[in-house]
Amino acid sequence: MKTGARLLIEGLQREGAETIFGYPGGSVLPIYDELYDTPIRHILVRHEQAAAHAADGYARASGRVGVCLATSGPGACNLVTGIATAYMDSVPMVAITGQVPTSMLGNDAFQESDITGITMPITKHNYLVKHAGDLPQVVRDAFYIAGTGRQGPVLIDIPKDVMTAQLEETPLVGTARLRGYQPTYEGHALQIEKAVGLITEADRPILYVGGGVIASGASGEVRRLAELMLIPITTTLMGLGAVPCDHPLNLGMIGMHGTEAANYAVTECDLLIAVGVRFDDRVTGKIDAFAPNARIIHIDIDPAEIGKNRPVDVPIVGDATSVLQGVIRRLVRKDGRDGWLDRVRRWKESGIAGGEASDALSPAYIIREMSDLLGETGIIVTEVGQNQMWAAQHYCFRRPRTWISSGGLGTMGYGFPAAIGAHFARPEETVVDVAGDGSFQMNIQELGTVVQYDVPVKVVILNNMYLGMVRQWQELFYDRRYSYTELPPVDFVGIARAYGVDGMQVEEKADVRTALKTAFETEGPFVLDFRIEREANVFPMVPAGAAINEMIGRRQG
Amino acid sequence: MKAHTLQVLVENRAGVLSRVAGLFSRRGFNIESLTVGTCEEPGMSRMTIVVLGDDAEVEQVKKQLNKLIDVIKVSDITERSTVDRELALIKVSADTGDSRAEVMQIANIFRAQIIDVGTRSVILEVTGDTEKIDALEILLRQYGIKEFVRTGKIALLRGSKGTKGQK
Repeated sequence: MKTGARLLIEGLQREGAETIFGYPGGSVLPIYDELYDTPIRHILVRHEQAAAHAADGYARASGRVGVCLATSGPGACNLVTGIATAYMDSVPMVAITGQVPTSMLGNDAFQESDITGITMPITKHNYLVKHAGDLPQVVRDAFYIAGTGRQGPVLIDIPKDVMTAQLEETPLVGTARLRGYQPTYEGHALQIEKAVGLITEADRPILYVGGGVIASGASGEVRRLAELMLIPITTTLMGLGAVPCDHPLNLGMIGMHGTEAANYAVTECDLLIAVGVRFDDRVTGKIDAFAPNARIIHIDIDPAEIGKNRPVDVPIVGDATSVLQGVIRRLVRKDGRDGWLDRVRRWKESGIAGGEASDALSPAYIIREMSDLLGETGIIVTEVGQNQMWAAQHYCFRRPRTWISSGGLGTMGYGFPAAIGAHFARPEETVVDVAGDGSFQMNIQELGTVVQYDVPVKVVILNNMYLGMVRQWQELFYDRRYSYTELPPVDFVGIARAYGVDGMQVEEKADVRTALKTAFETEGPFVLDFRIEREANVFPMVPAGAAINEMIGRRQG
Repeated sequence: MKAHTLQVLVENRAGVLSRVAGLFSRRGFNIESLTVGTCEEPGMSRMTIVVLGDDAEVEQVKKQLNKLIDVIKVSDITERSTVDRELALIKVSADTGDSRAEVMQIANIFRAQIIDVGTRSVILEVTGDTEKIDALEILLRQYGIKEFVRTGKIALLRGSKGTKGQK
């Protein structure tokens, strides 16, 4: 005899889930009872939102499916922001929620919410399991859907009576076979042939690569293609780390806070090779002026992304790694693009020579010192806002999956719990959460989790006592009317200490390196509260609705 | 903007209609009609969806529909040779002898059935393509339409070829 809860746990083990993040409650008691003596490690967070973000961070750091667990009603609803975050960034995740017993479904029972209805637009798929016997196959299918094709979150909602139902026989689990779901991995040979033709003919090609390259593990292929054909590369926010920042062909990030080199080069290119990207508005700016003279090759595993925002010349549906291998195999090395490469190099050089050094405690300086100290090691997780953009601009990412940030949804409060998840995925790495004072306060309660499990996450707060990115927009576009963006000073070190976490407040530029060293050398968690210059801005910047070569401001020195 | 007819084969499961309908409202697609019912394949349903939009929009509708796990196959049959039908029930005022006779005459021309006769109204049942039902509705307006209900279009490809199979 086995219960539904037992079948669920066995299913999770079968799929290789060794760490899950959750928060108990009335409707998931049978699952928690089973968890009590299984080898699965459960991390108790302080808020269900953090469970979802931690599962997300775990997935992004490892490439495996992250798992979170919450009770019905408020527990499930608190997962929603985390699920939406994972959905927007195509992160593989399985979220498990308890539900009121089937006899009470739809009756507005205590702690009932229609979580399958609520999450329909923000999951790749979801299930309300009404029979315990279905659980093994549902778990198999859920992991398969979450982790294949264009990855994404899948939710499994389980009524309490389904968890406690006793089954005489253990149902057999087949391979996941879904007649409505067959992702395409191999690119169409004819399309690959056409792409090879365009790449060979092009005078001013650019590689525009994003999160799909990280998900597919295609960094090596991108690099090989670039080096073989001498093609400059720009990455999206989600693609940071796909190519080392100091690779001579890497122009850095594209888009609203991208580099001059990347934005100018894309505007002037005659061939845009888009790989694992979705032509997001934060990347393209005014879409009609985005790569206006270019032919476009678009490689993506999701056919719906191709042609969604911009018509393309050569669409290739498939996995980035396999498609790029096919392209590279057919290419013959081509020289004679010196003019284009020179032009791109000049933009790159003029973009780096930024403002002069000052004594102010600038966020750019802190990030660059951090980058210098961590070198080839470390995983950088961020919150959302100025802190995120400064980290993206000034940290030198050299490996895939070392940059973890909420790109599509832009979720403040994401970074700290995601950093906890990243630690459990890759405990050997130094994990840093780059935060703002606003974002950190959105999930600051996770200091409790960090202490309970001795998670050595380092929190680097770029504290300007503002909701900085909103303030920046108010400064530039709303006549400096700082409406509700100023935050009173908070003693973050005091809060950290109250939880049992060590910390340090830093006000002088001269103390930055020592403070960072102290944090990195401390064995446990550490909170660094940097009191940065209050009105530092993220530059360059493309105003909303402008073309990406219409940048304002200069990169900070 | 042009009307496209999509035939969509879906898993016959709870929630599949709201997944499809939710997709249309969420992405701002214009749905003209949607019909759904079981079909020749056990465990599947067939939907006929009429959607308004230019070719690029409808292409995006098709791709998004295909992403739903419960959607097995999407076929745009707009440009193909099909038979399509709608069923309508129309309750028409017929309180004078003259109007009753005229309504019955019109019904006859349209091969509509009178399926209920009351003292002051009759109910017509008519099947046909969308244009035929529109035409009948216009003709009957002068007598006073009390209630009107129609199913939305269903369609099949002509000949032995179908739209079944894996997507």
